Amino acid sequence: MSVKNAIEGLGALLKGMSITFRYLFEPPVTIQYPDEKRKPPAMFRGRHYLRLWEDGTERCIACHLCEIVCPAQAIHVVDAPNPKKNPISKSHRYAADFQINMLRCIFVGDCEEVCPVDCIVLSDEYEISGYTREELIYTKDMLVEKHPGASGRDPMVKRGDGRME
Amino acid sequence: MSRERVTRAGEQKRLEERIRHTSREELDLQRVGVDQETGRETMLLNMGPQHPSTHGVLRLVIELDGEMIVSCKPVIGYLHTGIEKECEYRTYHQVVPLIDRQDYLSPLNEEMGYVLAVEKLLGIEPPKRAQYIRVMCAELSRIASHLVWLGTSALELNVSSVFMYCFQDRERVLDLFEMVSGARMFPRYFRIGGVMRDLPRRGFVESVRTFLKDLRRNLQKYHGLLTNNPIWKMRNVGIARITAEQCYAYGVTGPILRATGVAYDVRKAFPYSSYQDFEFEIPTQTAGDAYARYLVRMAEMEQSARIVEQVLERLPDGPIVVEDPKIRKPHPHRGLFVPPGKSYVTVESPRGEKGYFVASDGSNKPLRVRMRSPSFAHVQALPLLIEEAYLADCVVAIASIDPVLGDVDR
Repeated sequence: MSVKNAIEGLGALLKGMSITFRYLFEPPVTIQYPDEKRKPPAMFRGRHYLRLWEDGTERCIACHLCEIVCPAQAIHVVDAPNPKKNPISKSHRYAADFQINMLRCIFVGDCEEVCPVDCIVLSDEYEISGYTREELIYTKDMLVEKHPGASGRDPMVKRGDGRME
Repeated sequence: MSRERVTRAGEQKRLEERIRHTSREELDLQRVGVDQETGRETMLLNMGPQHPSTHGVLRLVIELDGEMIVSCKPVIGYLHTGIEKECEYRTYHQVVPLIDRQDYLSPLNEEMGYVLAVEKLLGIEPPKRAQYIRVMCAELSRIASHLVWLGTSALELNVSSVFMYCFQDRERVLDLFEMVSGARMFPRYFRIGGVMRDLPRRGFVESVRTFLKDLRRNLQKYHGLLTNNPIWKMRNVGIARITAEQCYAYGVTGPILRATGVAYDVRKAFPYSSYQDFEFEIPTQTAGDAYARYLVRMAEMEQSARIVEQVLERLPDGPIVVEDPKIRKPHPHRGLFVPPGKSYVTVESPRGEKGYFVASDGSNKPLRVRMRSPSFAHVQALPLLIEEAYLADCVVAIASIDPVLGDVDR
């Protein structure tokens, strides 16, 4: 290798090192999880919730559409007739059993899109882990939101019916 | 400096025979091909499937004479998940999430191919706004994929800082996908007939513009770090050379073909989804080696940024999905019924020419979905590149081909 080549090579190396050297003075981009957590955007497809109407009744009418449309076949719904005295949902039937196998779910969001009563939503929770397979099959009591609006999500907004951000 | 090939023609054939009929345990570290005169032997080395530098679960059965690779046989199938078969049991809309997961580094190019093939069967064309949005997403996906290629190629040559910077840029692209569709890697954003929803009104276009500005600045940084770097050049120039004729023989397309001087890009040759409305160049080089492919892919990132900017300037207003309600909102139980027929559509994925063949028998599930994957052909051509080269060049060769095993194995 000639001297000229060697000097050119050295120059290129020094230029590269100057680029990396400048990063020493730039602020780090790392988000120090778990002390800092990133808030996902409004569209994010995370953990499922079954929403409630404003008066507290469940929205789910056990139509099985989410179960049929799920590409991973992760949802299992058992319907039962709505008791007349204390109706659980606002229709003839309600979901007696609603399970989502979070290990099969690939968070596609088709269930949310197809739900005719805007019941199932995918919220922005992404910390879904467990130690056993059994505990990752979410049952209805884990999925129904605790009070109306607890999931923080409105499918109308997500679908973009005029009010998306 | 002459090199003696230890195995000759007859022994080569015996070697093939033995590899085929030998059990898995015996293949590893087996000694074959003894040269009678000198008593030298070659070593059979298994590179992979668990190997950080094979870009996935690729297994290479390499016959080594010291450091020199005498012959190489790629073994694939370690990531085979039966996507093509699974597609036959799902409705046309349910297939899209499966399609996403093949070439997982640029899923939107995959989705583009499949929805274009189904739209061809249906005989519809999505509205202009949807086509422009699709182009933008596909090009952002291409940038993301090339950033992974650059980062991992550099990492394999121990330039770990470039790896970090590239993934920092890629995070920005994934954040853009998250803003638009809700998921970073598998957006499931394209629908048959258009796209899922419109771009977010607040902040998205500005975010893309800022990202492109930063990308251009960072591309200069990567050029400064790598392009004239004597070590990078020593590792890449003249390595893993392939000629245009060999590319034609093996069906190699994409940046590898463009690095041999052939200006073939599916976006220009068979334009789809309104690519003909945009101005961009096809970067080519003539050397056909790993360094030429590096230059081609860096230039492609620049051209992709150019296309995204043009999309943002010219994005028309209008619907984002076709009007026909049977296609836009298919029956939730039964799905979409597609008239019988066959269609084949090619798209330019970051790896090369990706083909989608969709056959329909008139029902709501595809009869057959077959993907012509570029990485499959490229891995097939890998022995051409690394035979009679050193083992260290094997890593560079695989990196410069940029295979994705999800694409190879499906």
